[in-house]
Amino acid sequence: MVKCLESEGVSVIFGYPGAAICPFYDRLLDSDIKHILVRQEQNAVHAASGYARSSGKPGVCVATSGPGATNMITGIATAYTDSIPIIAITGQVRSDLLGRDVFQEADITGACEPFVKHSYLVKNTADLPRIFKEAFHIASTGRPGPVLIDIPIDMQTNEIESFEYPSKANIIGYKPNIKGHSVQIKKAAELIRSSSRPVIVAGGGVLSSGVKLKLVDFAVTTGIPVVSTMMGIGVMPSEHRLYLGMLGSHGKGVANRVIHESDLIIVCGARLGDRAVAAPDQISERSKIIHIDIDPAEIGKNIKTTVPIVGDMRDIMSRLADAVGEYHVSPMWDDTIERWKKDLFRLPKEFDGFVEPRSFVAKFSHMLPSKAILVADVGQNQIWCANNFRIKEGRFLTTGGMGTMGYSIPAAIGAKFARPEREVVVICGDGSFQMGMNELGTIAQNNLNIKIIVMRNTRLGMVRELQKNLYRGRYSATFLDENSPDFMKIAQAYHIPSVMASSNEEAEKIAAEMLKHDGSFMLVCNVSPDTPSI
Amino acid sequence: MKHTLSVLVENQAGVLSKISGLFSRRGFNIDSLAVGVTADPNISRITIVADGDDYVLEQLEKQLNKLIPVIKVKAFESGSYLSRELSLIKVNCTASRRPELIQIAEMMHAKVIDAAVSTITLEFSDTAEQTEILMNLLRPYGIREIVRTGTVAIEKGNSSVSVQSGS
Ligand SMILES: Cc1ncc(C[n+]2csc(CCOP(=O)(O)OP(=O)(O)O)c2C)c(N)n1
Ligand SMILES: [Mg+2]
Repeated sequence: MVKCLESEGVSVIFGYPGAAICPFYDRLLDSDIKHILVRQEQNAVHAASGYARSSGKPGVCVATSGPGATNMITGIATAYTDSIPIIAITGQVRSDLLGRDVFQEADITGACEPFVKHSYLVKNTADLPRIFKEAFHIASTGRPGPVLIDIPIDMQTNEIESFEYPSKANIIGYKPNIKGHSVQIKKAAELIRSSSRPVIVAGGGVLSSGVKLKLVDFAVTTGIPVVSTMMGIGVMPSEHRLYLGMLGSHGKGVANRVIHESDLIIVCGARLGDRAVAAPDQISERSKIIHIDIDPAEIGKNIKTTVPIVGDMRDIMSRLADAVGEYHVSPMWDDTIERWKKDLFRLPKEFDGFVEPRSFVAKFSHMLPSKAILVADVGQNQIWCANNFRIKEGRFLTTGGMGTMGYSIPAAIGAKFARPEREVVVICGDGSFQMGMNELGTIAQNNLNIKIIVMRNTRLGMVRELQKNLYRGRYSATFLDENSPDFMKIAQAYHIPSVMASSNEEAEKIAAEMLKHDGSFMLVCNVSPDTPSI
Repeated sequence: MKHTLSVLVENQAGVLSKISGLFSRRGFNIDSLAVGVTADPNISRITIVADGDDYVLEQLEKQLNKLIPVIKVKAFESGSYLSRELSLIKVNCTASRRPELIQIAEMMHAKVIDAAVSTITLEFSDTAEQTEILMNLLRPYGIREIVRTGTVAIEKGNSSVSVQSGS
């Protein structure tokens, strides 16, 4: 197993040991692969996710059988909905005892079936090299996703005659390298040329396929404006004239307006989930839709499509750009959008004695180096970041598909291991912080330099906002204690310096000091519970 | 609407649970499912009869194709294929009723495979519709037990669903 990982060029893995995975951990001691001990297995998967997204290579995480494996499930499900390439390795009880409910036996391949791209239960040690080769191939090609390898302890200790790592995976039912169909590309180009109010919707697929720059080029030459889904934030610099922000129920007014008034929507690497587009039928009635995706099952699933193009977006994007040739959106469309941008812009309302998180995030983005990686958690804090973080050449990492609270801190750890030279910043809520704060241990133990900003509104703000709007202000179970925890003391317990801020002026001053500090740092912003998401 | 799909899969552990799990998870209704090995022992064929509109059928094909051990999925167009299911039917039958029942069996091309003092057992292989007709004829006598396989289906003429063939 260790040799397989070495053959794949793996240098860091995230995990948590236990009896059923001990043979692997024993051999790991003799390898150059660095193992990062997390504080809970779910976070090993999130860390692998942050690593994968920042490095472009699959992230690897490891856990023991039974509770170790079941703890991973939420992480695996999160990676699945966010289409992140992950190899999850679990120890399992002895193969001859499978099915007898022995100590720490859990049917993890069964339990994870809905959330993995594929899974293996190893029944023969000699199969390990083939299985690892296939797993890495499946996780990282086509639409990326997590692959689980469950390995009974005897499969880890059995001797095999000789070790040979296959150079290629050969799976007859898996041929992910589809080339976009020329006829479809031609049809799409015709649609674009005959449209007067087109818009591009860019999703996570644009980032994972590495087609970002090509897409920006295409937008610039044609003048087609770009909106993004939450997973697509970062496809264009936020302040680019053609970038209109995130669409959807928590998105920007102008982005939604443009979608509704357009006559052609070019969807790139996005599935248009219910958070992005609430009434897809209405939209497809009004405008034509081109949908480009590597996963044929996404086409027609959520929205009716005029011209689908299935395949690798890198190839499709250049061919589409060539086929479109000289074309520019009508100046009217350009002017209208510029007007909407101004009309729909609102300055956030401030609350005395608190940090205004939306203007702070915007201000803070400009203090960061241009390639910084911002990891947002889930809740209002995520929306504040998604709409106000001014991304340049860096990354915005968050979980859009599953929205798993507690993602940000472990994902930032993974990102830092992938990109040690970059500034990595977490912005989370006080609820989500408390779901991931055990990983401060991992940060401290590894002397990582991660900046953490906690938006402390003493509420599960996003759910509270929902209760305010839909349940007539009957607040149920959304109040987090105002007296505990003492965030400063928690940071202190891990030797992480921390400061609290109660106004934007204070917060900006501390943020500047924080960024100068060589090492982890925590900034706690007191935020009014009444601050809205948008 | 009923759809018949022929699915070729790699013959490996867990593939059936992956497929049946997919159906329940995505809310597809299965009428029947029949599995058997093909001429190549590494590959099995699963014939699925499912209910749903065109959207469901399209999603079904695509989601099945996404499963790694699935090699090929083909939805048969109505009229383009032949289907059969096998039934074993045990019917109440006293000596006086025997000739009538044997006559029904002959008329429907069912085979008598067992007889006892008060029952008779028929073997019947035909389409699901023909099986229903036979059951309707037998019901008045009292059906003790019926054992039906799922439907299996094959295309008419020269076309076939194989690993090599296109589409
Ligand atoms: C694991 C998990 N549990 C519950 C939820 C539902 N949920 C969504 S947002 C939210 C509140 C988050 O609170 P906090 O982290 O303080 O962020 P805020 O909204 O206050 O910024 C909750 C409970 C979730 N997304 N994930
Ligand atoms: Mg909160």
